[in-house]
Amino acid sequence: MSAREEILRRIERVESARGARRATGDGDVAAAYARIDRRYLRRHHGGAGDGGILDLFAARVADYRATVLRVRVSEVPGTLAERLAAGSGSYGVPSGLPAEWTSATRAALVRDPPVSSLDGLAGAVTGCAVAIAETGTIVLDHGADQGPRALSLVPDRHLIVVLAERVVADVPEALERLDPRRPLTFVSGPSATSDIELTRVEGVHGPRALEVLLVE
Amino acid sequence: MTGRAAREDGPGRGAMPTYLGTPSFPDAARRAVSDARLRGNLAHATTTIRARRAEAVAELDDWAELREAGRQIKDHVLEHLGHYLRLLEEKVTGAGGTVHWARDAAEADRIVADLVKATGETEVVKVKSMATQEIGLNEFLAEEGITAYETDLAELIVQLGDDRPSHLLVPAVHRNRADIRDIFLRAMEDVPAGLTDSPAELAEAARRHLRAKFLSAKVAVSGVNFAVADTGTLVVVESEGNGRMCLTLPETLISVMGIEKIVPSRRDLEVFLQLLPRSSTAERMNPYTSMWTGVHPGDGPRNFHLVLLDNGRTATLADDVGRQALRCIRCSACLNVCPVYRRAGGHAYGSPYPGPIGAILSPQMRGVGSEVDASLPFASSLCGACYEVCPVAIDIPEVLVRLRARVVEDGPRRPLERVAMAAAGWTLRSPTRLALAQRAASSARRVVARGGRIRRLPGPLGAWTETRDAPAPPSESFRAWWARTGGREEDGG
Ligand code: SF4
Repeated sequence: MSAREEILRRIERVESARGARRATGDGDVAAAYARIDRRYLRRHHGGAGDGGILDLFAARVADYRATVLRVRVSEVPGTLAERLAAGSGSYGVPSGLPAEWTSATRAALVRDPPVSSLDGLAGAVTGCAVAIAETGTIVLDHGADQGPRALSLVPDRHLIVVLAERVVADVPEALERLDPRRPLTFVSGPSATSDIELTRVEGVHGPRALEVLLVE
Repeated sequence: MTGRAAREDGPGRGAMPTYLGTPSFPDAARRAVSDARLRGNLAHATTTIRARRAEAVAELDDWAELREAGRQIKDHVLEHLGHYLRLLEEKVTGAGGTVHWARDAAEADRIVADLVKATGETEVVKVKSMATQEIGLNEFLAEEGITAYETDLAELIVQLGDDRPSHLLVPAVHRNRADIRDIFLRAMEDVPAGLTDSPAELAEAARRHLRAKFLSAKVAVSGVNFAVADTGTLVVVESEGNGRMCLTLPETLISVMGIEKIVPSRRDLEVFLQLLPRSSTAERMNPYTSMWTGVHPGDGPRNFHLVLLDNGRTATLADDVGRQALRCIRCSACLNVCPVYRRAGGHAYGSPYPGPIGAILSPQMRGVGSEVDASLPFASSLCGACYEVCPVAIDIPEVLVRLRARVVEDGPRRPLERVAMAAAGWTLRSPTRLALAQRAASSARRVVARGGRIRRLPGPLGAWTETRDAPAPPSESFRAWWARTGGREEDGG
């Protein structure tokens, strides 16, 4: 008997010994699943008329010791140019990043850099798919304005442009908006570890500097 | 089929490394308690994290509802495990991954080693995983000529220090920053000259040490926190970015998961992504969570293998009370609050799973035939703190009581009774607050009475049940004592 058959048979035996219905049809499972008690909140902040979601998001991201800059759309090129000029070296950008965002930037930009070159870059600039106010989390689905996963991982600085309409109040809403068939990366602050005396220390393998431009 | 035949031919027990030479809990615990430095490190770390966890949890008004949903989702999966495993297999395969099944540790080790060999590589990078520790994968790969590099900072500390993990989440929790610096200076070949014990410098040293490995690795091995059955999506929750490196940069990714790690649907992640980070590192969200579904063309590994591991899980599933241990999401909150763990340290539990969860998981997965496994159910004062913090409401004391009965029924009697008594004695002896905690628990929770299974154990263990049932009202309730002292040690045990 293959390992697969044997494991499934062990499980079936337990199920039948427990008097559970044998060969449960999909319908039964779905009905049982629908009965799961989900009385938890869909969101913890930001009820109707609450304009505080962006404030909450900015504060919670800052709690992780990331840099948060709140800008108007027209200020994105200038602010980005300033931030990038503060470092030295070139920056990777995905080809789908709106060109106007980097229109004022003097720093060298590399479009869609190959993975082998990433370790030599000063940083990367990307957009994001969704952002979660409650937890200060930014989610990348690695679409055209974000690039493949390695781009925002290997370089030491990650600048993310977050459009206000991408910010949701809480975790459940964020998951609803995401496509599970895409690779997803949830980022909450810069790389950190709790491995030394259970205390958070920033900066291990991922980007040590996380800078967020929140566009309102 | 007769019950007897079903038992013999039924769910197999698992195997995992037993870490101690003289392996009963009380002997190992006694040794650990005499190590003042270890106890100091452990007490410091767990006291800090405990307070922060309480804050992180208090921030959500609906914690009780989230916890209940988490419990129900996991129970639902365990009730329909065969269905969900088949569904997961179908979805992962459909997304370009390959699914393998392993009855036990040896089979899983063999599968992984053969997959690595098929790539022609002799090195793999690893992201911390309980499942691969459970199957002793690194040791097996070494025998097969394959070097596994642990990339999690704590695992690196354990590996470089030629040490054993002592905590689920922070395997090097028994090491303080000065210890870590010493280990790095001794064992890290490219250690920066003049390394101090500042945590930032230590983290930086680890970053530099592993960077080249990440960039050149062709094969990675990971565990899995959650597997979403209806999409085939796998989830890894981490902090440092070493997980992202392993999941993204190599050409081949091999992930090993216990069969109980499934959640039915993506929607269920909304529950666990709230429960897990707050319970484990006391954060609103951990720095990085990665999700992937099979193979993503142009992004990440080109080959993905998922190994589904039984290794005693189906045996655990067979017990009506004990099966709730399979709800565990490995957050480690129960370790941090456990007065016995805080005194004994993780190594005393003699398996990759320390603390209260280890005390109910190891004896179920491996059976209670060995001294260490027979003594583990007694390595507890049944104070119930573990149950209160558990984000999926595993009633650990209830399972412990159940397993105590099993030790008495199943074990080769004499030696097991001796270790069991020794463990119970060690747990309950001298430190007054433990006795206090135990009495408080006894009157407050009535685990034994409520379980309705054992009021009095036969033979010498009867003495123990008598103690347990003694209704002497505590002069100070466990909660009050806890609030006053935070569980700090007051004597040398
Ligand atoms: S038993 Fe509960 S508290 Fe302990 S590690 Fe598992 S989920 Fe966390």
